[in-house]
Amino acid sequence: MTLQVLWFVLWGTLWAVYFMLDGFDFGAGMLRNFLARDETERGLALAAIGPVWNGNEVWLITAGGATFAAFPVVYASMFSFLYLPLLLILFSLIVRGVSIEFRNKSEGRRWRSFWDWALCVSSFTAPLVLGLGFGNIFEGLAMTSSGYSGGFWPLFNPYGLLTAALFIVLFLQHGALWLEFRTGGELARRSRSLASVLWFIVMGVAVLFLVATAFSTKLYDNYLARPAWLLVPLLAVLSLAAVKLFHSMERALPAFAASCGTVLLVVATALVGLFPNLIPSSLDPAASLTAFNSSSGPYTLRLMTIVALIFVPIVIVYQFLVYRFFRAKLTKADAGEGY
Amino acid sequence: MSVELLSRIQFATVAIFHFLFVPLTLGLSALVAFMETRYAQTGDEVYLRMTKYWSRLFLINFAVGVVTGLTMEFQFGMNWAEYSKFVGDIFGAPLAIEATVAFFLESTFLGLWMFSWKRVSKGVHAAIMWVVAVASTMSALWILLANGWMQKPRGFEIVAGRAVLTDFGALLWNPYAWIKLFHTSMAAFTLAGFFIMGISAIQLLRRKQAELFKKSFRLGALVGIAASVLVIFAGDFSGRQVAEYQPTKLAAMESQWKTESAAPFYLLELPQPSRERNSVEAIAIPKMLSLLSYHDPEATVKGLLDFPADQRPNVPVSFWSFRLMVTLAFLFVLLALVSVYLSYKDGLERNRWFLWIMSFAIILPYAACELGWVLAELGRQPWIVYGLLRTRDAVSKSISPGDVLISLVGFILLYGGLAAVDVFLIAKYSAKAEEAKGVAK
Ligand code: HDD
Ligand code: HEM
Ligand code: HEM
Repeated sequence: MTLQVLWFVLWGTLWAVYFMLDGFDFGAGMLRNFLARDETERGLALAAIGPVWNGNEVWLITAGGATFAAFPVVYASMFSFLYLPLLLILFSLIVRGVSIEFRNKSEGRRWRSFWDWALCVSSFTAPLVLGLGFGNIFEGLAMTSSGYSGGFWPLFNPYGLLTAALFIVLFLQHGALWLEFRTGGELARRSRSLASVLWFIVMGVAVLFLVATAFSTKLYDNYLARPAWLLVPLLAVLSLAAVKLFHSMERALPAFAASCGTVLLVVATALVGLFPNLIPSSLDPAASLTAFNSSSGPYTLRLMTIVALIFVPIVIVYQFLVYRFFRAKLTKADAGEGY
Repeated sequence: MSVELLSRIQFATVAIFHFLFVPLTLGLSALVAFMETRYAQTGDEVYLRMTKYWSRLFLINFAVGVVTGLTMEFQFGMNWAEYSKFVGDIFGAPLAIEATVAFFLESTFLGLWMFSWKRVSKGVHAAIMWVVAVASTMSALWILLANGWMQKPRGFEIVAGRAVLTDFGALLWNPYAWIKLFHTSMAAFTLAGFFIMGISAIQLLRRKQAELFKKSFRLGALVGIAASVLVIFAGDFSGRQVAEYQPTKLAAMESQWKTESAAPFYLLELPQPSRERNSVEAIAIPKMLSLLSYHDPEATVKGLLDFPADQRPNVPVSFWSFRLMVTLAFLFVLLALVSVYLSYKDGLERNRWFLWIMSFAIILPYAACELGWVLAELGRQPWIVYGLLRTRDAVSKSISPGDVLISLVGFILLYGGLAAVDVFLIAKYSAKAEEAKGVAK
């Protein structure tokens, strides 16, 4: 019982941390072609995510593995019901990964521009489909005890698309702030001015999302029942405000950190509303997959809890240290580094 | 075509593709770490150039290994939902542990390694690569524990139609998995050794950078001889595990139709499944099959005819993948012996015919690895979890053949493209021997 709750929290945390980390890779990947004007700048923007993107992506793999281990029914349902969206996510991530690794491995202009665009497009489609998927999960999937009847195209409903838009603008801002923090010179300046514009767009989309959520989902039911939890969305809004504050003070790192907080808290806002469902059903509440009816047995949950409590902190520590190691601003000499 | 058949074809495609990159990662990460350690210890520039040269090929290979691994992680839920529900309690655990204890370490430290050439000392830089090497072997361990459980389920109980874990120790100390790890690691080092020898041979044929490539070749030869001998021992252990726990696989890979004690081994044998016998059985070594399978010349080997037809795997596929893998194993020992000999006699450049052979031999260990998996997995059929769950009951119910056709075609196109780029880059970088002279990047 309590372990199932704990695993709901861990499950949500893994996704939230994944979005917080890979989010800026996506953002930087989308923006790179537009912000970086010459070969050096493109190299710099790539070096800004080069050392870390793979370690960030592993949070997704862990989220997948943890879903399998702790909530096997959710793992089975989520990925087989949303078969084609997941396929698109996989293809995007595959292309994204090799674009980063292969781009600098040959000098031809056509070669480089091919991978530049591959990175740009895949960094866009991955959060698009992830947002679409999660938006639909917030709404509830068309499933009954006998299976899923939703199909593929109905996923592109207004609320799903709005959630996708939210993911994309959040990550654009997140990526712009990261580029501003990591790079220097003109590139950082351009990232900076873009980030200040993006902030207003994020604010607008976030408000729309919060309003639409009231109409399209049941996420607010939990908040109505326990208003104290409203602290979570409140903090989300505050951290978004903090992004603006730090940004106007020209403090790139705190602004980026506040943006990390925003991503985490936005995900947390949705998850508080979702609990105890992992995948609600839009047709029959009894068919919803909850932390209680779709988890592994207590033995496996206990085992996985021990593993998670030991190893996740270790991972966080060494990933943090690696980020610290790479904190110095990139210089021109770093442009082709690493490959 | 049914969802089941299409899903099986898709699984085979993506798994075989993933495993084209995995063994080189497993073997080469440790060898690159070794080269860099030697550089840190001796300050010998040749070792630095070796590190640079081989690590670039390693990185190209690694990138494709990573992105194809992503598919592996999610496809159980996509195509094998009923399987995932049935085994989630057990199978999910090693998969999640693998990501937590191995993939994080591997990818974080590899990123650090790639971008820290100028920022840390030689020794620390080499140590970072050792972390990558150890982490990749740990990832192999955990995934093989998962697979080992499918081959030999233990430490569980069936509750309400699902397998539920009752004893993690039994999963962890599954001998089937550890022997697989031993066999797979040695296969990986064999492959890495032959990869290094093969590429070095090509460069020596082109008369480039003789010092660098003679030294590399020698390292490859030493690793190759040790690993190719050990892979045979490990293969023998694997065979005994199969004999003990999967009699149907054993019978199929040996094409043994009738149950027999003190069974002979036929050097020449040709299965004829349509008539449930072998059309050719020649050059018998008496009692050898019993000896090999059970280390007891009198032991009884169960024949396929003793099992219902719907519990037998495909005989020709199991038989030929096994025979070919074993034949290749002995060929590797032979080639590695000659390699060591010529390498120490400094006779490589004089024996260009041998360099030619070694440059084409690169593909053979790849073939052996894939054949091994085809045997392991197809020989387990019709079971997806041996003796517990049939493959046909494992497939997702909510997907249509159209969905799987789309994904299958998509994977074939995307992976085909990746393979082409990968081969192009490996060829390009292996030819760039001169650049390995300079430092960094
Ligand atoms: C260079 C590669 C290589 C070589 C030379 C060999 N193997 Fe192998 N073999 C593998 C690479 C491999 C592998 C890819 O690593 C497999 C697939 C699954 C596994 O655990 O290891 C495998 C599986 C595998 C299996 C199936 C295990 C199962 O069903 O779970 C058996 C019985 C053998 N091997 C036996 C042998 C023997 C007796 C060999 C030599 C005399 C041999 N292998 C050489
Ligand atoms: C990476 C190396 C691997 C290769 C090359 C490989 C190869 C294959 C092949 C050829 C099949 C198709 C069998 C068929 O069509 O009958 C298959 C099936 C399968 N394998 Fe593996 N395999 C690998 C690793 C693994 C591992 C490590 C696991 C478990 C963790 C695994 C689990 C499965 C499952 C679930 C199926 C689908 C059901 C089936 O058809 O048996 N495989 N594999
Ligand atoms: C069905 C089973 C398998 C799954 C689910 C799986 C999953 C994955 C994933 C998600 C990655 C990417 C990790 C990253 O981003 O850093 C990966 C890479 C890797 N996997 Fe697999 N894998 C499977 C089979 C295997 C097998 C059989 C082995 C070895 C025996 C193996 C060894 C590795 C290694 C060494 C890597 C590192 C990258 C590389 O391949 O070059 N995997 N795998």
